[in-house]
Amino acid sequence: MTRRKTPSGPQLDTEQLLHAYRTMRTIRAFETRVGQEFEKGTIPGFTHLYSAQEAIATAVCMNLLDSDYIGSTHRGHGHSIAKGCDVKGMLAEIMGKATGLCKGKGGSMHVADLSKGMLGANGIVGGSAPLCVGAGLSAKTRGTRGVAVSFIGDGGSNEGVVFESMNLAVVLKLPVLFMYENNGYGEATGFSYAVGSGDISGRAGAFGMPAEKVDGKDFFAVYKAVKVAVERARDGGGPSAIEAMTTRFGGHFVGDPQLYRAKGEVEQLRREMDCITEFVDRVLKDKSVTRKALQQIDTEVDALIEEAVEEALAAPYPAPEELFTDVYKTY
Amino acid sequence: MPKKTIREVIHDTIQDEMRRDPTVILMGEDVAGGAGCSGEDDAFGGAFGFYKGLVGEFGRERIIDTPISEAAYIGAAAGAALTGLRPIADLQFFDFLGVCFDQIYNQMAKFRYMFGGKSDTPLVLLSLVGAGLRCGAQHSQSLHPQVTAVPGLKVVMPENAYDTKGLLLTAIRDDDPVLFLLHKLQFENACEVPDEEYLIPFGQASFPREGTDVTIVAFSAMVQKAVAVADRLQQEGISVEVIDPRTTSPLDEEAILESVEMTGRVVIVDEAWERCSVAADIASIVARKAFGALQAPVMTVTAPHTPAPFSPVLEDLYIPSEDDIERAVREVVAYRR
Ligand SMILES: Cc1ncc(C[n+]2csc(CCOP(=O)(O)OP(=O)(O)O)c2C)c(N)n1
Ligand SMILES: [Mg+2]
Repeated sequence: MTRRKTPSGPQLDTEQLLHAYRTMRTIRAFETRVGQEFEKGTIPGFTHLYSAQEAIATAVCMNLLDSDYIGSTHRGHGHSIAKGCDVKGMLAEIMGKATGLCKGKGGSMHVADLSKGMLGANGIVGGSAPLCVGAGLSAKTRGTRGVAVSFIGDGGSNEGVVFESMNLAVVLKLPVLFMYENNGYGEATGFSYAVGSGDISGRAGAFGMPAEKVDGKDFFAVYKAVKVAVERARDGGGPSAIEAMTTRFGGHFVGDPQLYRAKGEVEQLRREMDCITEFVDRVLKDKSVTRKALQQIDTEVDALIEEAVEEALAAPYPAPEELFTDVYKTY
Repeated sequence: MPKKTIREVIHDTIQDEMRRDPTVILMGEDVAGGAGCSGEDDAFGGAFGFYKGLVGEFGRERIIDTPISEAAYIGAAAGAALTGLRPIADLQFFDFLGVCFDQIYNQMAKFRYMFGGKSDTPLVLLSLVGAGLRCGAQHSQSLHPQVTAVPGLKVVMPENAYDTKGLLLTAIRDDDPVLFLLHKLQFENACEVPDEEYLIPFGQASFPREGTDVTIVAFSAMVQKAVAVADRLQQEGISVEVIDPRTTSPLDEEAILESVEMTGRVVIVDEAWERCSVAADIASIVARKAFGALQAPVMTVTAPHTPAPFSPVLEDLYIPSEDDIERAVREVVAYRR
């Protein structure tokens, strides 16, 4: 008999649980700080925070290797951190600095690190779906057993290219996971209005692939569902879709007055829908990790974010000639 | 006379037209906002708040929030225009043209011609172009040349609130598809705007500055910069004429050619990339039709052949500046055969 560390969850050892906690905690701390820095004016442009959805990116990417791919969205910081992108390089990127992951040329909506299989945040809603179908095709053709995961929002689920991508993945039987994060909103429009069937996973299933709905604040539920889908994809079983039900603790972008939300809604969600609190309660209750170990991680994460901010603030902006580089490889 | 911003003019003009004509509707993502939510109903009024308040007056039957499905709702606007409505379709950023371009260039642009002149497609697609907000490569482009190149489309690029009103009225009442492109750095700019109705015809340039030594043809956000350069050079005795064609299709060739016939020198300023652009197009028109008058090579000032960078220092270099324009003007003025 195998010993289960977490009674109702999948088998994860202490090290994995601490890794999950560290990742979620890093995302939360990163996003909180990015919000503060944005309000201070040290981050240009606009930026979309991932707070509340940490369990999803974390659970997905813990099922992936560096050689697997993810394609992200405009709300991509969490996906990037979970896939292993360097936090310091990300912050510098978001501040437009030369030391950024993309030399400051991409920004918040275009953080990418191909060496980690992170195919980029995306400024075009639904943009990653066909790219991930292509990454899946590449993995299949090259015989790498690699898998590609496309993160898509509830709003993004309505883009035509997403429908086409699902069908193409089914037709070509590709190792792709369509990972829907249903946080209830696309900008200021509710999911219940914009998705006519009210059921993103059901719609995905109709394309002819296994599809299920999971509780996105339950790290273990997401982990389990993704594990099945990723293993199936690796074994040549074709694409799957998962719809993780979640929320958004902040506005669509930092500075969004959120008039479309009810008074007290966010406060209530913070109390009831916090995936990190839920995770901590669970792992402490079944004694799979110690409070001390979690506190140790808190300290380390906070120090890392502080250091990343300081270094990013001090880093130089790109040199003027960088404007003209990287358009082509040869020209 | 009241002062109004471009944003206010957009709101008020659409409101007036919707009151006047029940076939005018507005559709797009979050043009009202709040659908399917438990907070306020009129929560966004478009990504930049242009339409705030309209849903309260006209209801959700005429102020229509769409899912994030540009190909479908822009195509639907074309179909509705073909069958008796006068839709205004909002596309939050013109960069998203990529998602719905087929509906624009294969569908709405060609109906009238393909159908032997038997159809009208009275549609306005309202969108924002331009860099400067530090939004990166997919939210900062000036893609008006891409649509200007397509027969059957009209393309309007107002740069001030007064022109915005007159051109938007013309656009809404026009029976062809019109792309109405505002620059995202400009919609808070205000000027005096009369309350009375007035229409500005397409294909009619304005002359923000009159001069005799050199002609600057500038579009959208570049007009103000050209005017600033003209005023600066005026003090040195260089007389600069600034022409704002206001629409890239149709294009007021006559105004440009007449001016160049007089000055013999021309600088064309546009934020779009130069290759296959409106700037290159005008340069070619001038070279072909005013060759005899030219006393210096035709100059262009545009964004470089790179995507829009995110980093503020690079983006500031990317966007044509007053200094870039001034340098070009000085060069053509100093040119001797
Ligand atoms: C093609 C395209 N259309 C519209 C937008 C503007 N936009 C950016 S994010 C967004 C909402 C996306 O909602 P959802 O997919 O649910 O993601 P979430 O913001 O909730 O993470 C919209 C409409 C865009 N960036 N690209
Ligand atoms: Mg959403």
